[in-house]
Amino acid sequence: MSTVRVRLPSPIKRNEAFEVRTLITHEMESGQRRDAQGAVIPRKILNRFVATFNGQPVLAMDLAPAISANPYISFYMVAADSGALALAWTDDDGTVIRETVRVTVT
Amino acid sequence: MSDPQGLTRRRALRTGAATFAGMIIVARSAHAQSPSPAHAELLQRLAAGRTPQQGRVRVRMPEIAENGSTVPITVTVESPMTAENHVKTLLVVSDGNPRPEVFSATLTPAAGKAEISTRIRVARTMNVIAYADMSDGTLWAGQTVATVTIGGCGS
Repeated sequence: MSTVRVRLPSPIKRNEAFEVRTLITHEMESGQRRDAQGAVIPRKILNRFVATFNGQPVLAMDLAPAISANPYISFYMVAADSGALALAWTDDDGTVIRETVRVTVT
Repeated sequence: MSDPQGLTRRRALRTGAATFAGMIIVARSAHAQSPSPAHAELLQRLAAGRTPQQGRVRVRMPEIAENGSTVPITVTVESPMTAENHVKTLLVVSDGNPRPEVFSATLTPAAGKAEISTRIRVARTMNVIAYADMSDGTLWAGQTVATVTIGGCGS
């Protein structure tokens, strides 16, 4: 099971862009490696990351196997009001890992 | 008094330095390479016939990364990120990994600032190129050379 960590600056000012830093544990198996017997280890990565604030899209990313294990992604967003930032990572196996963080603007 | 051992060492250092400088020149000249077919295809999917202009996109990576399995990268696009004028898509590709795509991001004005950071695998010293498709229909490109001492393919 993946663990998610999200860091927001404090304080966050209304209508001013701020950085959201995210980290999730995941092997991001690239599909390029071989095991000791020479067989290709099947690809298993998080292939998509989506950030939504109060239901509005902020950022959506398609991720390739070139993204390192335990993906770190940081991006900016701007908020006119306080609300909920919903983050979702989609695994190749279809599992979606979700995290919601409260954004409070001053 | 001359010290033959010292001279040898000095010569070895000088040769080493020259070799290193040569490696850098080779790496920098990789700029001139035309993109691989897979890279060109990814670009065409975004560009739809347009030719990217150089500028407005900045790709930052460490000058030399020791561990190619996790190399920090920050891509920034000069844009006000307003409803009228913003980055729609940011495509990042490399020309040294088994597959060129790194990520493709769809941004909205709610991002406020067009900057994304992550960590990527770098198999060998290679170019990393970012393309920004803007809401006004222009297409911009920027790039850097990622230099690694240990490639990140096996991890």
